[in-house]
Amino acid sequence: MKLNNRPYADWHEGLTIRGVMEHMNFTWPKLVVKVNGQLIWPEDYDKVVLNEDDDLKIHHLLGGG
Amino acid sequence: MIRMCDLPRYADADMEEIKKMKEAHEVLNQVTYDPTPLHRGYTDKRLKIDVTDNSVSIIDIPQEVKEKFTGGKGYCLRYLWDATNPDTKWNSPENAITMSAGPIAGITQYGGTGKCLVCTISPMTDIPIDSNVGGYFGPFLKFSGFDVIELTGKAKEDVIIVIDGNKGTISIEKAPLEHKDAHILGEELTAMYAEDENDRKNVAVVCSGSAAEHCNLSMLNFTFYDPKRNVVRLKQAGRGGIGRVFADKHIKALVCHFRGVKANLNDVYDIKIINKDGLKFHREVATQDDKQNSMRKSGTAYSIRTLSDYDILPTHNYKYGGTDKVDEMAPEVWREKWLTQGGADGCWYGCSMACAKTADHFLLKTGPYKGHRVCVDGPEYESAAGLGPNCGITDPQVILELNFYCDTYGIDTISYGTMTAFLMECYENGILNKERTGGLELVWGNAEADLEMLHQMARNEGFGKIAALGAHKQKLYFAEQGWGDPAFLNDIAMEQKGLEYSEYGCKESLAQQGGYGLTNKGPQHDEAWLIFMDQVNNQIPTFEDKAEALYYYPMFRTWFGLLGLCKLPWNDIVPADNSLTDEPAKVPEHVDNYLDLYYGVTGTKIDRDDMIRMSERVYNFQRIFNIRLGKGLRKNDAIPYRSQGPVTEEEYLSRQERYDRQLVDLVGYTREEVEKMTLKEKMAATRRHRESEYEKLIDAVYPKRGWTLNGVPTVAHLKELGMDLPELLEIVEPLQDVQP
Ligand code: SF4
Repeated sequence: MKLNNRPYADWHEGLTIRGVMEHMNFTWPKLVVKVNGQLIWPEDYDKVVLNEDDDLKIHHLLGGG
Repeated sequence: MIRMCDLPRYADADMEEIKKMKEAHEVLNQVTYDPTPLHRGYTDKRLKIDVTDNSVSIIDIPQEVKEKFTGGKGYCLRYLWDATNPDTKWNSPENAITMSAGPIAGITQYGGTGKCLVCTISPMTDIPIDSNVGGYFGPFLKFSGFDVIELTGKAKEDVIIVIDGNKGTISIEKAPLEHKDAHILGEELTAMYAEDENDRKNVAVVCSGSAAEHCNLSMLNFTFYDPKRNVVRLKQAGRGGIGRVFADKHIKALVCHFRGVKANLNDVYDIKIINKDGLKFHREVATQDDKQNSMRKSGTAYSIRTLSDYDILPTHNYKYGGTDKVDEMAPEVWREKWLTQGGADGCWYGCSMACAKTADHFLLKTGPYKGHRVCVDGPEYESAAGLGPNCGITDPQVILELNFYCDTYGIDTISYGTMTAFLMECYENGILNKERTGGLELVWGNAEADLEMLHQMARNEGFGKIAALGAHKQKLYFAEQGWGDPAFLNDIAMEQKGLEYSEYGCKESLAQQGGYGLTNKGPQHDEAWLIFMDQVNNQIPTFEDKAEALYYYPMFRTWFGLLGLCKLPWNDIVPADNSLTDEPAKVPEHVDNYLDLYYGVTGTKIDRDDMIRMSERVYNFQRIFNIRLGKGLRKNDAIPYRSQGPVTEEEYLSRQERYDRQLVDLVGYTREEVEKMTLKEKMAATRRHRESEYEKLIDAVYPKRGWTLNGVPTVAHLKELGMDLPELLEIVEPLQDVQP
């Protein structure tokens, strides 16, 4: 599996988007999440289960400054 | 939780005292004028005041200047250039302080539309500095008939300048009795020039503070009166020492009085467009802010904990990117315990984002106002991070006390925080000791020593005199005294071009290293904030991608400064369906709102490319202004290694796994080779790699910006922009073929 175009080493069976976020400590409030190019809304972060060859993008929108 | 409705109002100023102060004024010059009404966002008038001879001139702004420089920062730089020459120093009488709000400023329908830009030749960088500030002065100046004000000369004694936009008078008055500290001076002048309590909201004051006479880090406070709290609020044109220049001119304050703010004082082209976008924006804030950044509750400090999670929050002079004590200053702590909730905290009318939070009736524990209960504006993220974890402090009480005193003394919180972090690291390394600091034990987290140093700066005493120099001059001074290795001092002093870094660690984002290093004024993040795009999202992996971002974002963000806009409503809130757009990071719907606002105000249609072009003209002008003053070339864009990588062994070891892995993944060593390397060898290899990446980045960015590899705008690029002005060509032509 890839996360933001980098290999993601901690994929396991049943891994959800929320699981990746927790593992990566992604706590930023404004995220755009796509799996294989398809947009995933926040209410589905717990439901979407990732496959070993998925291309996951979790883009953080800039803020601050 | 502290709620606005439960707050007692602050006490009124003593009107008897104010009367005495007013009576002590001596009017040095007073002129009357007919205020030119605004038309489509402009008055096309410039106000020039020279405090040497107290002359006041009102001058037409030519159409060509309007076309090429737009307004705001563009006007400030144009007229600063005209006032000065290549030998002008910050304290030369001809150095000007220019202030301009830009054509959109002053509308009240959309959020973030009251900003004023301020420029001068900086005592810290010796080149132009620009700073963007809220408060009411910028819009009031426009309503009083001026697109830009230019202050030059030097008065013999302290004066105040008073513009009354209703009566059409400008007076320069000796003002001997008023206090110097901003929280008191702001109150005094607001009460003095308001006709009654109801009129206080119509008075805007610009002043510095008591440190400005001797401290390079001094800023300008811009006030607005807060009727609910009955207190004068302070917003800051913080960066680059503008307050020092103000005080050097013996200008104690600049006051603008204007009564009658209403929705269409700009006499806009089409108010319907503006109303429509405004409504859309307010609705978005109402429905999205709580789900996104909670700006209305925590202000910009909302991001402290998350930035620590991402290893970006500067800690111990940018050695590290976070602290395990961050929960002590987490957003909910500010929200629940310190910041008043439920106030209409916009720094200009109509800003529903309302991020200008306050800690009210805050009890001071040190300094000349010990025991007073005061209103503390902030802390904004930068102040909280710089005064806090960067110096090893996480106690909100201390951060608020430092924030308050910086503001009232007129000291920039960002420069103060970064500089103090540098001094603390010097102390921890024996470069400073008790003897050298006059007894101040500047170890990490020593709040008492930190506050005492700040008070000494304001009093111009003891080690405070050295602190007042700023990090750049300090590192030179320490090296001169033989205190510490100059190379180490260069590595750890987080300043560039003479300006202290703002508060983001960027070791893991090459693009942000450029976002700081390849700026015109010095390392402030307002040109480009690319850390997430680069370090976390990996959206701009190649040099070409990074160069594109370091072209687009600085130009796009410059546009806010030309128009008189706050940047926060652009991307600190986004439409609910922003994720569906092609480029969510650019917030396309908001960009379209800005194009609409420009059209609605001025009647001129522009597209996204025009926006960038408008900025590029001014951006290149500023670059050439730097060259005119002896900087602005590639060598001036070098950055301290602390912003690029680990300087010390403990820094490397704290993230050893990451750095070791990068030696394999990015530098090309094998795992076995890395295992055999000593720590010193690994650090040297990391440094070689990171420094060479930065050079490659520059090689990619300069041509993208239309510059030579030495950082000089090319003649062809200036022609393309319509900026082949003779005074610019005279500077760049001889440098076209000069190699770095
Ligand atoms: S978003 Fe905050 S800083 Fe910007 S104008 Fe509104 S209140 Fe002021």
